[in-house]
Amino acid sequence: MTSPTDNAPHAPRRAATPGRSVIFRILRADGPGGAQRWEEFKVPIPAGANVISCLQWIAANPVTTSGQRTTPVAWDSGCLEEVCGACTMVINGKVRQSCSCLIDEYAPGEGDVITLEPMSKFPVVRDLWVDRSRMFHTLQRIKAWVPIDGTYDLGPGPAERPADQETRYVLSTCMTCGCCLEACPQYKLERDPENFDTAFVGAAALSQARLFNAHKTGRDLKPDRLEALMGPGGVNDCGNAQNCVQVCPKHIPLTESIAAIGRAVTIHAFARFFRG
Amino acid sequence: MSQHRVIVVGGGLAGLAAAARVAEAGLPVDLFSLVPVKRSHSVCAQGGINACNEVARQQGYSEYEHFDETIYGGDFLADQHPVLEMANMAPRIIDLLDRMGVPFNRTSEGQRDLRLFGGSLFKRTHFAGATTGQQLLYALDEQVRRGESEGKITKYEFWEFLWPVQHDGRCVGIVAQDMRTMQIRAFRADAVVMATGGCGLVFGKSTNSIICTGAAAARCYQAGVWYANPEMIQVHPTAIPGADKLRLMSESARGEGGRVWVPRKKGDSRPPHDIPEPERWYFLEEKYPAYGNIVPRDIATREIFDVCVNQGMGVDGKNQVYLDLSHMDADYLTRKLGGILEIYEKFVGEDPRHVPMKIFPAVHYSMGGLWTQYVKGSYAPAAPLPKHKSGARPPLGAEPGQGMQPGAPTNMMTNMPGLYAFGEVNFAYHGANRLGANALLSCIFDGVFCGQSVVNFVRDGAPGKAPAAGLPAGPYDQVVQGESDKVARLLSSVSKGAADPATNPYIIGMELGEEMTAACTVVRTGPRLEQCLRKIADFRQRYAAAVLADDAAWSNQALGYARAVGDMIALAEAIAKGALTRCESRGAHYRTDFPERDDARFMKTTVARCDAAGGSSLTLEPIDASLIAPTARTYGKKDDAHGKKDAPKAAMAGVS
Ligand SMILES: Cc1cc2nc3c(=O)[nH]c(=O)nc-3n(C[C@H](O)[C@H](O)[C@H](O)COP(=O)(O)OP(=O)(O)OC[C@H]3O[C@@H](n4cnc5c(N)ncnc54)[C@H](O)[C@@H]3O)c2cc1C
Ligand code: SF4
Ligand code: SF4
Ligand code: FES
Repeated sequence: MTSPTDNAPHAPRRAATPGRSVIFRILRADGPGGAQRWEEFKVPIPAGANVISCLQWIAANPVTTSGQRTTPVAWDSGCLEEVCGACTMVINGKVRQSCSCLIDEYAPGEGDVITLEPMSKFPVVRDLWVDRSRMFHTLQRIKAWVPIDGTYDLGPGPAERPADQETRYVLSTCMTCGCCLEACPQYKLERDPENFDTAFVGAAALSQARLFNAHKTGRDLKPDRLEALMGPGGVNDCGNAQNCVQVCPKHIPLTESIAAIGRAVTIHAFARFFRG
Repeated sequence: MSQHRVIVVGGGLAGLAAAARVAEAGLPVDLFSLVPVKRSHSVCAQGGINACNEVARQQGYSEYEHFDETIYGGDFLADQHPVLEMANMAPRIIDLLDRMGVPFNRTSEGQRDLRLFGGSLFKRTHFAGATTGQQLLYALDEQVRRGESEGKITKYEFWEFLWPVQHDGRCVGIVAQDMRTMQIRAFRADAVVMATGGCGLVFGKSTNSIICTGAAAARCYQAGVWYANPEMIQVHPTAIPGADKLRLMSESARGEGGRVWVPRKKGDSRPPHDIPEPERWYFLEEKYPAYGNIVPRDIATREIFDVCVNQGMGVDGKNQVYLDLSHMDADYLTRKLGGILEIYEKFVGEDPRHVPMKIFPAVHYSMGGLWTQYVKGSYAPAAPLPKHKSGARPPLGAEPGQGMQPGAPTNMMTNMPGLYAFGEVNFAYHGANRLGANALLSCIFDGVFCGQSVVNFVRDGAPGKAPAAGLPAGPYDQVVQGESDKVARLLSSVSKGAADPATNPYIIGMELGEEMTAACTVVRTGPRLEQCLRKIADFRQRYAAAVLADDAAWSNQALGYARAVGDMIALAEAIAKGALTRCESRGAHYRTDFPERDDARFMKTTVARCDAAGGSSLTLEPIDASLIAPTARTYGKKDDAHGKKDAPKAAMAGVS
């Protein structure tokens, strides 16, 4: 498990040495379940470099520090501006997005070392690239959508108070990155899709359930969502360790969401009990 | 019905909207994407999405005005009917997104809030915080996920589109590769929708996501689909140079008082705060005393480019200038610009409240794209558009037949029957220059409006009688074989070649980007473009001998990239040739050797057709401008109908 980190802008730091090189220690694997090995690369650091730009450099110059030619490192990325969630990995022991990870901050001196590892809660595809399909599956499990009557023109949606919009907006910035799951002691690696429906859903999905329960039309599926979150792998699996909220790059109030879903599930269970 | 299927390639806004609409009509959809669709490039859009709305309407705005602005903003290069239809549908698209649960910002009464955007005097831009694209993408992603859980949509994520399959003169499917297992196989379909986005990576670094290579479009183009207006590439004046990407810096930084400057002394390496006022060159303020730092986008872009590229005066000898807010009160800046300053801080690691930002123009959007057609609509002048403000000038021209005909099977179909192009990958709506917050609109419009055209084509067109499911295997096998051979060729290079920058696909791609940025962006000239075309021919030769660094049969990203480089070269050639052929200046396309717009010769669509060798031949095709006559560029004279929008362009009289 990785320790929690705070991605907020950092305090003034040690000035970075211009023209330096930095050592990348990268935990690699050729395929799922394959043996992992460390490889080291010495990478020249231009101004403004981040982990992705260094991985790009390695892709063009795949030679290890011991002069061995190797294959380019595989990794996942997209937007390069911390909004798509693709590039999440464990950097110097902390889970975060690699595109917003500045080398000047992490390795300001000549020869400083940065370690890159794939997230440990998801099966490795190759090297730093992991398979997060379970997260998307979980969104189906909790019916994370608004059940509209189709895509034809049927007039506007429900009006909404600004305060409610603000609450929903923050929840809706979740980019399915998986940081909160990597940091959670209750969320375990699961390779078998057969178990996706009973394994712990994790903080991100609990928060998404809250998002859709808060929408006037989305609410129609609230009973289904709560049913899904009552059973095994639901909200009761959360041990309240609160690691999740500390690593969320979007500062989503995950513990609030977990508490809200916890209450809703309790009420739902009571109501179901009395309905018989 | 059930034996028919539709393929959608691309899960950005355009692809997701198309998938949702087609699936809703009862046709099963196979949705392909390089990345999980929720991570598509559309997620990057920040600003918002345009549509006429009740407040603006009561101030005199209308769908027609939105249409007019878009045509004018695009410098009269767009065919006008599709644009009219898009503007007309825009308010209903906002309603739809609203119903899907997009958290649009709200007024205190709970109505959708609006903001002002470039190219309009009316507030007509809807937004959701600072991440509108993300919020729209997620709303559509959720609807598609619902379709998936109901068994109507099947996703193929981490699958790469490789080539269209044709039979009997129409597109009957695709060949794609699973980028994890590397399996290559054919998929049958009765219609294929390409919604694969833009091509920023042809220019190396851009504001686009890393997957926006344009390779998918380039493959269609090489397979015989025409590519229109390739030369129309939008460059945004202020982006943050980065080692991996050029991130957008909003224009509001200049609007709030940001000053653009470089040291007067070439190569002055002192930190900015050690350079006294008289030794700073505030070149925009000097050249444009009236407008100063808030000259319009195209001028700011050209001047910054000139200072750095032509004069070599960039900060630290690099392509960058200072955008300085540090003379302003830090608290004020936080209040007014907090969000965008944080982006700078996050990615540069410096606080723009205290240190001048370094910025440079960056390739941002492709107005050009796969050529598409449409069927004119049947609106009659006597029956104005729904909800059009009464008393305003009639929304339509004199002759009947306006807009697009809803459901016509060929709307946004390419010249290859059965193959459609939706979203940024087509060329249909933005002419020579896109207005801010109109791209998201065109993507979703294509999906929901033209999605119906796809459905009708499948039901009533050729596939109705001969579903792809029943066609012979030959054409599919042949394309699979072709693509497998291509891969085998690339992989076999690994053992053959030695490490050499000349044949390293990453280096070729990088040099291609540098060359395209230098020759084919802000300022273009005939001789430089000819030189660029010669270099592209060079790249093509080097690419033919490319040597990969990885022959893994599993999750081989080096292969995916190397393959795309070849396609980017083909697209680059069309872009450069288009720019060379268009001997005028229009919208984003600026030729120093032809600084004027030339309607008589060039108010036409450039259409590129690919020859067997991967080169292009170009023709100029007429456009339909029957609704709004092109106005002379009067640089904001008061009596010009467009003067209000054009006002800042007064400064342009001084350029060239
Ligand atoms: C920084 C930035 C800010 C912007 N802000 C705004 C704004 O405020 N308002 C506005 O209107 N516009 C804005 N734009 C423009 C707008 O975001 C894009 O034009 C739009 O999102 C494009 O959407 P799309 O659906 O056409 O394609 P994309 O969202 O680019 O999606 C392309 C899809 O195709 C898939 N794909 C590509 N190639 C292949 C292949 N070979 N095989 C399989 N799948 C493939 C990808 O995986 C992806 O799913 C902005 C653009 C940028 C860069
Ligand atoms: S609070 Fe719950 S979900 Fe969050 S880290 Fe702890 S156990 Fe995991
Ligand atoms: S809740 Fe936060 S950490 Fe978890 S997936 Fe969403 S954005 Fe990532
Ligand atoms: S690449 Fe999108 S979050 Fe880093």
